Formats: sequence, structure tokens, C-alpha cells
Amino acid sequence: MADATTLQYTAEHEWVLVDGDTATVGITAYAADKLGDVVFVELPAVGAALAEGSIVGEIESTKSVGELFAPVNGEVVEANEGVVSDPSLVNSDPFGEGWLIKVKFTELPTLLSHDEYTALVGE
Amino acid sequence: MTDIPTTDRTSPLHAIHVAAGASFTDFAGWQMPVSYGSDLAEHHAVRTAAGIFDISHMAEILVTGADAAAFLDFALAGRLSAIAPFQAKYSLLLNEAGGIIDDLVVYRLGDERFFVVANAGNRAPVVEALTDRAAGFADLVVDDQSDDIALIAVQGPHSRAILEATVGITDVATPLDELKYYFSTDAFFDGAPLLIGRTGYTGEDGFELYLSTDRAAELWQALTVAGADKGLIPAGLASRDTLRLEAGMPLYGHELGTDTFPVQAGLGRVVNLKKEGDFVGRAAIEAGPAAGARVLVGLTTEGRRAGRADYAVVTADAEVGIITSGALSPTLGYPVAMAYVDPGVIEAGDPLFIDVRGTRIPASVVSLPFYKRAAN
Repeated sequence: MADATTLQYTAEHEWVLVDGDTATVGITAYAADKLGDVVFVELPAVGAALAEGSIVGEIESTKSVGELFAPVNGEVVEANEGVVSDPSLVNSDPFGEGWLIKVKFTELPTLLSHDEYTALVGE
Repeated sequence: MTDIPTTDRTSPLHAIHVAAGASFTDFAGWQMPVSYGSDLAEHHAVRTAAGIFDISHMAEILVTGADAAAFLDFALAGRLSAIAPFQAKYSLLLNEAGGIIDDLVVYRLGDERFFVVANAGNRAPVVEALTDRAAGFADLVVDDQSDDIALIAVQGPHSRAILEATVGITDVATPLDELKYYFSTDAFFDGAPLLIGRTGYTGEDGFELYLSTDRAAELWQALTVAGADKGLIPAGLASRDTLRLEAGMPLYGHELGTDTFPVQAGLGRVVNLKKEGDFVGRAAIEAGPAAGARVLVGLTTEGRRAGRADYAVVTADAEVGIITSGALSPTLGYPVAMAYVDPGVIEAGDPLFIDVRGTRIPASVVSLPFYKRAAN
């Protein structure tokens, strides 16, 4: 499980873990908690080109639908099949086994720090 | 009429919910528990063991007097005068145009005493309508007791055993093993009057317990202690919604509204046109809705992407309906939805689809409810 304090964040409640030119992306514990029990995850295919800010996936709970926004421009190099077959991982381990996609990016936009994200959600 | 607060109200059990780690949602101006961690676990607990719900936001109106039964026959769609003391009945409050102001449960507590339970969001219009309709009835008191009464529901197959094991519940007039579905009994909780109804909104066996708000926390704790070894867990409004959806029960504001005739919602049987005398909405109900008015149907789909409220129902070439509630059914494992659909399309058996954010998913029309508990 990634250390939440060292991650970067978007205002759309994604977290981003940067390793070289690859960003691992998931949704935050706050977002997972707000959604409730996740029962369906749809992710972009490996090889898909992502445009920062566009909707690239869906995270559905029993009561609502959340959208996955691409936090960066780039290409999907891995989608987490584990979370597709067991969507509850988004709730049980949002910063670890519940990661969603890995994206090879060309340029990293300005993202939020942990403190900035925490201030945003007020928790 | 008293002013009814409309925002940021909290239940008398709020501190208990906070301590239990609940997340909250605004419901009709109330901050109510949506879940205590896992809405799916809460749903399954009610189907297999038991769940305890705080629904103290519901409105309670006591109607008393020699004219009470005749008044309710006039004010509501059903024949409430025909039910026996301690029997309960699901009913509708209609407007003159035949639309639904609210759906209600009425408990008869005596020859001249009825207890009307309304949706929290409809408290003001219900109290207003009942008060207006009381004109002309001499021996009648309509008393909105909502602020003084808490409501705790214990639902699930272990409910009866939990109530029977609860320390402090005494003097139960009708033993719970003899209490039939949609009947109620007087009891006491630690000296305070307690009304126990064998009613609910989950499709399981269960009970609803009404008592004074200042005793609600003690009762909740006592029930929780009694249920600890019987699988009882606290359950929030998220699971309450998926439970009632599986049970095919309408939710006001989704399946029911002032623009809905009862017959459209499959509730034609709730309106008693045979009862003597006039009742509010009678003329409009007898005339019926416009030809071709949409009717409520159950829909199921394959896969795991659920249709949601306000998604369109379509045929190959036309929009023919709209979903009012939908979710991936936790019990059944596939998506279910209730939708209002053009009746001609249903009669013709045209292939239907739901439009899930641009993707058409084939849907099957099924009879409601989606889920029915096994007979005891």
C-alpha cells in the first residue's frame, strides 16, 4: 500500500504515484468512501491514449456512478484486472491493491500535494 | 400548525451513529446514516440475519376521535374503517386530481385511534392535507407528533428472536410469535410506552418500533446488545434503498408523485372505489389516467452495469420510458430497475433496452417484486 502522504492528487479524487515516466492512478479513500461499496469497474484498454481531464473509466457502487478522469496525457500501459474481477478492492485497499491504471506520460501536469488534497476535502 | 424545520435536522440517535462510524446523507433535510461502512454487508445482513435502522425522520400523525375512521375513509384512498384495532394498512393520500401526495402506513390503535406514518419529506403536505380535510368532522383531533416520536426498524429473519431477547421490552400485549404481518401490539420499554408493528420496507420479516424520542437511544442500545449474537448490525439508508428496490416497493419521489395515478404505479388495489361516500381524488380516479399513460414495470438486465434513476428506456427506434430506481441487486447478482414505460410497448412485447450513459443494454420486463422471501 502506497503512503498516502507522498502521493499526488487531483481535484477529481484520483491519486497519482509517479515512478519515472509512469504514473499509477487510483481513487482516494475519501472518494471510495463517498461512493460506498464498489460493485463494477470499467477501465480503459492497454494501449489507449488518454487526454488529461477526459473521462476514461467508471467506478459504480450500489448507489451511484463515479467517473475516472485521466490525470495526465499519456498511454495506458497496464489496467488492474484484479480490481475489475474484484471491485471491492477499491474500498478495502484504495491506495494499494485497488489501483486502477498505469499510464506512461510525456509531461506531468501540476497536481495537488497530500496537504492540498486534504484541505480540499476537508478531512 | 407548527413550523417544521427543514434543514440539518438530526435524529435522537445521531451521537450513536457518529460513534459507530456512520457516514451521513441529507434526506429530506435530515442528516441520516447512509451506511456504517459497507452498504452491501448491511443489505446481506438483513436478508440473512438482521439489521437495525434508524428511521426517526419519518413523520407520525395521531388521528383520534369518534369521527376518526370516517375521516380517514374520506381523506385517504383506502377503507381504514374496515381494519381491526391493531391492524395496519398501506394507504395513499391523494389530491383531487388523483395524484399521490404521499404513501402511508396507518396503524389502527383502537376504535377511535389511528396512527398515520408518512414520509419525512412529505410531513408538511400530509399534515396540511389532513388538517384541511378534517373540516366538517366534529369529533376529531389531528395531532402531528413527529417531533416527539422516534422510529427504529429491526428487519431480517432473526428480528423476532432479537426483540424477544431484548432486555427492557415488557408487557407485549400480543406475543410476537402470534403477531401477524401488518399488525401491531402495545408494549413497554423500561416503563415507556412502545408500539411494535410487524411492518417494514425491506421485503423481510421485521418490526418497526415507535417510542418517545428521549428513550430511543436506550432502546437502540438494548436491541443492539440482544442482537450481538444473532448477526444484527446497524444498517443505513443505502441498504434500505436496495432492499426495498429488490422487494419492488415504491419510493416517494421516484416511483410516486403528485403526477402519478395509483394505477400507473401498480397500486390500483390500494384505492377502494367500493367504499361508501366520497373521498378526495375519487372522481379523478374513476375517470382514470389519460389513455396510454405510462405504467411501472420491473426490468432486469445482464452484466453488472445498472440502470439508474432518469436513464431512458428505449426500443430500437424510440424512447418509451424512464427508469425511476435501479441498482445492481446485491441479493440476485444482476441489475434490476423499476421504470415507467409506455403500456403499448409492453403489450406488444417489443424488445427493450436501457440507455446506460450512451450504451444500449437489452432489458427484460419482469413482474414485481424482484425478490420475495421464502415462506416461513
